[in-house]
Formats: sequence, structure tokens, C-alpha cells
Amino acid sequence: MSRSPLPGLLISFAVLLAGLLLAFTVGRYPVGLGDLIAVLSAKLSGHASSVPAAVETVIWQVRGPRVIAASLVGAALAVAGTTFQGLFRNPLVSPDILGASSGAALGAVLGIYFSLGVFAIQALAFAGGLVAVAMVYAVGSAVAARDPVLVLVLAGVVIGALLGAGVGLIKYLADPYNQLPAMTFWLLGSLASTNPSDLIPLLGPVMIGTLILLALRWRMNVMSLPDEEARALGVSTGPLRIAIIAAATLVTSASVATAGIIGWVGLVVPHIARTLVGPDFGRLIPAAALMGGGFLLLIDTLARTAAQVEIPLGILTAFVGTPFFIWLLAGVSKTWSAP
Amino acid sequence: MSGHDLSIGYRDRVVGSHLNVQLATGEVLALLGPNGGGKTTLLKTLIGLLPPKAGDIRLGERKLAGLTSRERARLIAYVPQSHAATFAFTVETVVLMGRTAHGGLFGRPTSADRTIAARMLERFGIAHLAERPYTMLSGGERQLTLLARALAQEPQFVVLDEPTSSLDFGNQGRVIRELRALAASGHGVLFTTHDPNHAMAAASRAYLLRKGMRVGEGPVADVLTLEKLSALYGASVRQMIDAATGAAAFLPD
Repeated sequence: MSRSPLPGLLISFAVLLAGLLLAFTVGRYPVGLGDLIAVLSAKLSGHASSVPAAVETVIWQVRGPRVIAASLVGAALAVAGTTFQGLFRNPLVSPDILGASSGAALGAVLGIYFSLGVFAIQALAFAGGLVAVAMVYAVGSAVAARDPVLVLVLAGVVIGALLGAGVGLIKYLADPYNQLPAMTFWLLGSLASTNPSDLIPLLGPVMIGTLILLALRWRMNVMSLPDEEARALGVSTGPLRIAIIAAATLVTSASVATAGIIGWVGLVVPHIARTLVGPDFGRLIPAAALMGGGFLLLIDTLARTAAQVEIPLGILTAFVGTPFFIWLLAGVSKTWSAP
Repeated sequence: MSGHDLSIGYRDRVVGSHLNVQLATGEVLALLGPNGGGKTTLLKTLIGLLPPKAGDIRLGERKLAGLTSRERARLIAYVPQSHAATFAFTVETVVLMGRTAHGGLFGRPTSADRTIAARMLERFGIAHLAERPYTMLSGGERQLTLLARALAQEPQFVVLDEPTSSLDFGNQGRVIRELRALAASGHGVLFTTHDPNHAMAAASRAYLLRKGMRVGEGPVADVLTLEKLSALYGASVRQMIDAATGAAAFLPD
């Protein structure tokens, strides 16, 4: 416990800061660091800045919402991944282990299929994520087993496959000229169309879920022990597991509803955070949130700038995440179980 | 701690029935029996991890089933078979987890909890390991860490599942001495073992369980005999007696 978490938290914060600076300054319309600082300090002090209005527009209207959304989505996915990895005691678990992403995906493609508005599509994605996890939980609870955690994970795999088939069916039925591209675009993950009005439905659930998980951080340490051991230590694992899953699902569904399916962040970032600050959730959750935000900012900046057209985020995270994860597997096994 | 006319088992099958178990503070009770005989099931039932199929368990005047999991954890500590943990928590954090039942839902370890954890690390001679990841410990060190965690719960009863099974010879002796010390400090201790010699060395009483039935119970000197052990395991057993002290040891034949 007493090994200082400060260096690890500072590194995580540095990643976020680097992501923020790059995301604001790099792009088709480059913004100088000096201009960025001038605009920010002018906003803070309430004075008008001497920077050209076009630069201000780029910072506040064009990049601002997208930067905030990327930080929040990255942080949310990393926090949810951290939580599920701990709860299921498994390093290969990601935020969509209980079907949150596949449920959200089905909700979104249904919304696109019925030509609903953007807000309705997001609401459907959000609801789809929550309903999918509730279904998984119901199936997991109905099956009598000695290892409730294993049954939950298996139920998640099965329900996830079913929902994936549902997504496939809708895509098959969809209009290949108008609807299918929109579905594909959404399923690959993007922040390109982020509006300021998207931020509140994202910020609210992410804040609420993260605060609940932070408040439960010590219990979550104990919950990462085998179920019987946690119960013998005085933890009511059943209700607590529901609360933790609900909080992590809230966070995941909100970010999937905003940005579509972005894999790997919730799998890779918790690993890096754990090597930096150790497995104690009290420090792991803040470190993962900072680093996840920074990571997705870097990815999103790359997505905007690497090619003439925007590259879907899910594709970039997979390209970056896969080799990185293989490298991690070789190097960080010591933070998991002993060999 | 006492169980009256217990039937034990899982949702779909009964493992044992008509079992009566008493455990007083200050004594060590060893639970022996062949594999699959219901030892672990009985253990988990007695500490409230499995509900009894019939009968009830009392702690003094109170029914175990009426306690919240926090209340229960402040009375009974459970030491599982030493296992490989998933996460590399430090030894100190693992011991601090024993304090969970003394804090609230959103509670974190207080400085008083840290003092207690430090005292337990001292008691088991593992204070120098406090910062070490639990996953990097040897089997013996893990068992001592789990014992320290159990005592950090400040329980009246300590229940251990095969505490000596995965340890080397020296650490087996170490754990046996610690079990006696726990009883000497006023705890009621219940443990399962496959080795009658460990029961002889650590326990004052033994409870023999075969196919879910009690086949013997009493002071170790009365219960751990050649005939009863042969009947318990359905195998022939040899006995060696130290000529100087008269102390007996058993060997499978």
C-alpha cells in the first residue's frame, strides 16, 4: 500500500496532457501552442483574446467538443475495463464482456434501420447496452453453479453472439446505399460528428458510474478475490456485484452510444495503468481514467490527421492495440498471477 | 460454535446428514476423512458460506443464519487453501483486507486498521514481506499471510481448509505451532487435514467424517487409533511409537 502511487499517476496525467495538447494543436488547421494558451487564458480571465477568430472557432467549436468527448470516452472505457478485469479476475476481459457493446450495437443499427434521429439512435444504443447486460445477468443468475463469475462470463459470450447475429441480420436487411454505410461507420467507432449537445448525455452517466466505482474502491479490491473468500471477509458479494456491474455498464453504454464500438482501449489501458500503480483500485481507477483519456485523444488525433479521410477509431485501436497487447503479455505477467 | 443435526450439501444433492459439531473457544478441532467424504462441505456450512439443508448453526445464543455477512466475518475467519492470486496486491494490502468487515460499504482501511495489520505481520514474522506482491511469495509465506489476514478480522473462531496440504515439511510444523498458539490466545480453531499426524500435533479433539456420516469424535488420543483410522479410510494403517515418549505416528501401509 505504501509504495507511492505518485510517479504512476504523474505519468498517466502526462499522457492525458500530451493527448490534450496534440488534439488541440494538430489537424488540417494547425493551432500554435501559444495561440492555444492565449485562448485558454483569455477564456479563464474573461478578457477577449488577440488570437484570430478562426483559431478560436477551431478551438472551441470544432475541436473542443471532440476533445472532451474523446477524453471522456477513453476514460470511461478504461475505467469499465479495469472494473470488469478485477471483478472477473481475468486479464483478457474488456468492457464489453457482458454484452454491453453488442447490445448497444444492436440498438444503434436498429435505430439507423428505422431511420431515427441521432438522439434516438444514441438512446437506443444506450438502452441496448443496459438491456444486454441485464439479460446476461438474468441468465447467469438462473443457472445454478458453484462459480457464479464463470457462468456470468459464459452467459456474456452466448448473449453477445446472439446479439451479434441480430446486428448481422439488420445489416443484411438494410438499404445498402444509405443505411449500411452509416451502420458500418458507427460500428467501427468515430467521434467525427461530435456536437456540444452530445457531451451532457455522455458526461452524466460517465461521472455517476465512475464516482460509484471510486466510492467502492476498497470493496472492489476484496471482490477481486474468489467469491467465497470475499464473502468470508464480510462482503455481500451478490448485491455488490450487481452495483459494480451496473456502474461499469452505465459508463460503457454511454461511451458506446456517443462514439460507437471502440475496442482495445478497455483491454490495454488497464494493463498499463496496473504496471504503473499496482492493482489497488483506489489508485488504479484514477490512473486508468487519465491514461484512457490520453490514449483515445492520441488515437483520435491520428484518426483525423493520418489520411485524407478519417480513419475509424475501432480500426486504429485494433492496429495499435494488438501488437501492444502481445508485447504486454510477454512483459507484465508479473502483475498477474505468479507463473 | 455449534451445529445441530445438520444436513449438508449443494443445491441438488445432500452430502451428509445428522451431523452435530461443537467447537469451543480455546480448543483446536481437526476434521479428518477420506476425499469426497464431506469435510470441505461441512466446513463451509459451519462458517455460513453454504446454507445447511437442515438443522441450524449457532454462535453462542445467536443463529448463524441471522447474522449479516459483516457480523459473521467479525466472529469467524476463514483461511482457504493457499492459492495463486490473480492480482499482485502487496502482503500488507492482503492482510488489510481482513479489516473489511470492520469498515462500512464505502470504508477504506483506517490508520487503526493499519496498526492492527502491522501487528499481525509482526506476529507471524512476515513484517519484512509487507511491501512484497502476494503473488511472489512462497507457499509457506502465503499461508502465513492468510493467517495474518484471518487474525486481522479479530474473530473468535478461525476455520482453515487443509492449511498444511501444500507446504514443505518445515512450514507444516510452523503452521501446526501457529494453530496451537491461536487456541492458546483464546480462539476456537477448526481445520481439515489429510494427515492424522497433523491432527495429533495440533488438535485437542478430532472429528472423523466418512461418506457424510460422523464415524468418530473425541480427544485425539481416543479417536486417532489404528482401528478407527483404518476404518475411516478403508485402508490399512501402520502405527509407530516412539519408545522414549510413547508418542504415536501413523503411516499409510
